[in-house]
Amino acid sequence: MDIFIQQIINGLVLGSIYALVALGYTMVYGIMGLINFAHGEVVMIGAMVALFVIKALAGLPVFVTLPLALAAAAGVCMAVGFTIERVAYRPLRRAPKLAPLITAIGVSIILQNLAMLIWGRNYHAFPPILPTSDHEIFGATITSLQIVIIVIAALMMAGLTLLVQRTRLGRAMRATSENPPIAQLMGVNINQIISATFVIGSALAAVAGLMVSANYSIAHYYMGFMLGLKAFTAAVLGGIGNLAGAMLGGILLGIIESLGAGYIGDLTGGFLGSHYQDIFAFFVLIGVLIFRPSGLIGERIAERA
Amino acid sequence: MMAITLDSLRTDKRSALIATAAIGILLAVAPFVVGSALGNSWLRILDFALLYIMLALGLNIVVGFAGLLDMGYIAFYAVGAYLYALLASPHFGLHVPVWIIIPAGAVLAGVAGALLGAPTLRLRGDYLAIVTLGFGEIVRIFMNNLNAPVNITNGPQGISSIDPINMGGITLAKPLTVMGVTIPSLHAYYYLFLALTLLIVFVSIRLEDSRIGRAWVAIREDEIAAKACGINTRNIKLLAFTMGASFGGVAGGLFAGFQGFVSPESFNLMESVMVLCMVVLGGMGHIPGVILGGVMLTVLPEFFRHSAGPIQQALFGKILLDPEALRMLLFGLALVVVMLYRPAGLWPSTIRRREFRNGSASDVLKEGE
Amino acid sequence: MKPVLLLANAIAKHFGGVKALNGVSLTIREGEIYGLIGPNGAGKTTFFNVLTGLYHPDGGELLFEGHKLRASTPHVATQRGIARTFQNIRLFGNMTALENVMVGRHARTRAGVFGGVLRTRRTRAEEAAIHRRAEELLHYVGVAHRADDLAKHLSYGDQRRLEIARALATEPKLLALDEPAAGMNGTETESLRTLIEGIRGDGITVLLIEHDVKLVMGLCDRVAVLDYGVKICEDVPAIVQKDPKVIEAYLGGSVA
Repeated sequence: MDIFIQQIINGLVLGSIYALVALGYTMVYGIMGLINFAHGEVVMIGAMVALFVIKALAGLPVFVTLPLALAAAAGVCMAVGFTIERVAYRPLRRAPKLAPLITAIGVSIILQNLAMLIWGRNYHAFPPILPTSDHEIFGATITSLQIVIIVIAALMMAGLTLLVQRTRLGRAMRATSENPPIAQLMGVNINQIISATFVIGSALAAVAGLMVSANYSIAHYYMGFMLGLKAFTAAVLGGIGNLAGAMLGGILLGIIESLGAGYIGDLTGGFLGSHYQDIFAFFVLIGVLIFRPSGLIGERIAERA
Repeated sequence: MMAITLDSLRTDKRSALIATAAIGILLAVAPFVVGSALGNSWLRILDFALLYIMLALGLNIVVGFAGLLDMGYIAFYAVGAYLYALLASPHFGLHVPVWIIIPAGAVLAGVAGALLGAPTLRLRGDYLAIVTLGFGEIVRIFMNNLNAPVNITNGPQGISSIDPINMGGITLAKPLTVMGVTIPSLHAYYYLFLALTLLIVFVSIRLEDSRIGRAWVAIREDEIAAKACGINTRNIKLLAFTMGASFGGVAGGLFAGFQGFVSPESFNLMESVMVLCMVVLGGMGHIPGVILGGVMLTVLPEFFRHSAGPIQQALFGKILLDPEALRMLLFGLALVVVMLYRPAGLWPSTIRRREFRNGSASDVLKEGE
Repeated sequence: MKPVLLLANAIAKHFGGVKALNGVSLTIREGEIYGLIGPNGAGKTTFFNVLTGLYHPDGGELLFEGHKLRASTPHVATQRGIARTFQNIRLFGNMTALENVMVGRHARTRAGVFGGVLRTRRTRAEEAAIHRRAEELLHYVGVAHRADDLAKHLSYGDQRRLEIARALATEPKLLALDEPAAGMNGTETESLRTLIEGIRGDGITVLLIEHDVKLVMGLCDRVAVLDYGVKICEDVPAIVQKDPKVIEAYLGGSVA
């Protein structure tokens, strides 16, 4: 029983991180209908920047280093996200649909290799930022770090929801995702809204990057790829373009993965081991989409004639 | 008036004939020119370019013609390659002849294409992309892990010592002597790959201009209207997946025989993405464009690989930047720049090019629907 | 009296709580031009979508030539002989006008992958026939001069005509036209009317949804009126026009 709870907790931590990254994908998709393939690399850059800030400030108390690291990572990522949109996507807004997908892939390759040039191809150990104190709940352990991750992620998601639902910017974003030409007629500056979307998504990615590196105590120039893929899967699982869907999809995917990794051996009589963990995400996704082609709480688009 | 048209028709025909002959000669002498001018490593790259053209043409049927965004296409290359590796290597001690394996690879990949395609038929564009991507990863992860409890794929180590391609007792692994002329191994592979590439080009061209090809394009343009025209969209989409996959299966088998070694690493997501880039960057749905894309994206990274180190050495006297990272960086940059300046691809069909110039207004309207 | 071509029996279709069609029954006879009118949102297009297999009905059944029509399989409906056009024109934009009509021949032709690749004598003959028929149809609807232009570059009126040609290419027994005159001017509507009469003259039954009441009343043999998913009237135009329920439904509208 305690293993079950332990896996749920681990899954919740992982899922919160997926959810933050998935939000970035889903916001961009909701507004532009574009898979921002480079988003995973933005997460990686966030992790790398945070890592080097923390290393540089080693010795200072955590309540100084952590906010500084977060601020630096978020700042760099926001600038990167803003630039990507301006350079690689904006000129192609009227181009055939797959053209921006290819530039997105190009940008992803550029960022990855830029990171490799700057930070090298080695794995970097992420310094412990919080004392490793364990807490017991229901017979399972949770570290302080894990608690912090879940709390921060929850706060960010709540903040984003408020932003989208309650502010002028949020209303403009919703209008744009509903119908760009009409939003424009109503006086919404679409270019600004799209830029804002990228900047906000990138800030979330930076936070997620720091979290995932701290959680696994490691950072690497290639880490954004699989993480981005999983987060995108989460976004689709929930119903892409839908904020609540991204959060739900992220958390579900995290929990399913960690339960899957814990139990797959028992389930298959030892035939499949825990190295099949990565498959779970995709099997779940395919299963869900076969029965609900627009995701769990995605918009139901009836075929209109 | 009539005479003029006939006349221009005749010159058109003659210039087409001359062009065909010129391309034929060029293709025939290419390995000798490349081999002697640039060396064997470039000859291998030339061979790989042909494999990638086959892949790109296969994916072009799915993405370019039928408009189904498949991001796990490399799985079918893997199916073909692993079938060859398992049936013609010491791994199981089997040595099935190539003229059985390659067609079997095409069939098996085709079946896999239909099986993977079937559950995705109801999905719209981007959902389809992520599901096919998932399938591609699943195939790779299984190949990575099917070494226990029963060793089928030999896991991450892959399968080595695969039989070279061998036809009627003639192996392509050693220099061939045909009528007193010695053809080195890499050249022989080139001609074999070229023959199969030409076959695939032929099949693609024929299909494009057929009842089936029109049905594919109709589905790409408007699925509901296609249904209303009496097209069984489910079957026709499955047919696109099957045909596209079978091309991949052929290329995969050739790859295994050529390389002598396969491992799951050769079939990762980046490879699927690469083939997709060839199709889109070349000019989706336009066969010459797709071929150009295949050649460009095979040659470009290799060109950067060969020049990233030496150029730095010449300029700065030492290597400042990791050549591997630099080459991929330049490659990524090239993808972005090409797409920014030619959003419809390097060589789109004339109709589509005209389309893009005139059609942006109606595209905007369409987005607003 | 001519034999019944289509019998719709108590067709129902709900969207959530909205009853778009609430037990609609119609009888269309061979060779008729049958009008289906009603205010916006009355369920006309929904009926079309059920008829052509795009929607699965929640109740009722369709009999076509006396046989049950399998639900939600548009290509089967087309093969059985029901063709349609769409209210918001759905052409294959990046194909030429000729190619659009050629696609319409799909259900009546057979060539598969092998035929297409090998170009057997049969396939070549079939392709030639497809080509010929498509040209004839373009000529018939009057857009032959645009045969090699992309469908999306055609004028609005030509697109409407092209869509009719594509539908005719499927060799329908019943041609269902969804607001073919929408957005047309007087002259265009008049020539559309001639076209539809010509189609009927060739023995094809026509089911027409239209807002242009003058066109419907002048063209149709019989008219059914839908309101809130219910058929409130079905008769010859002269009687429908005077029916108090119809006038009520259109109150302030253009019928009265």
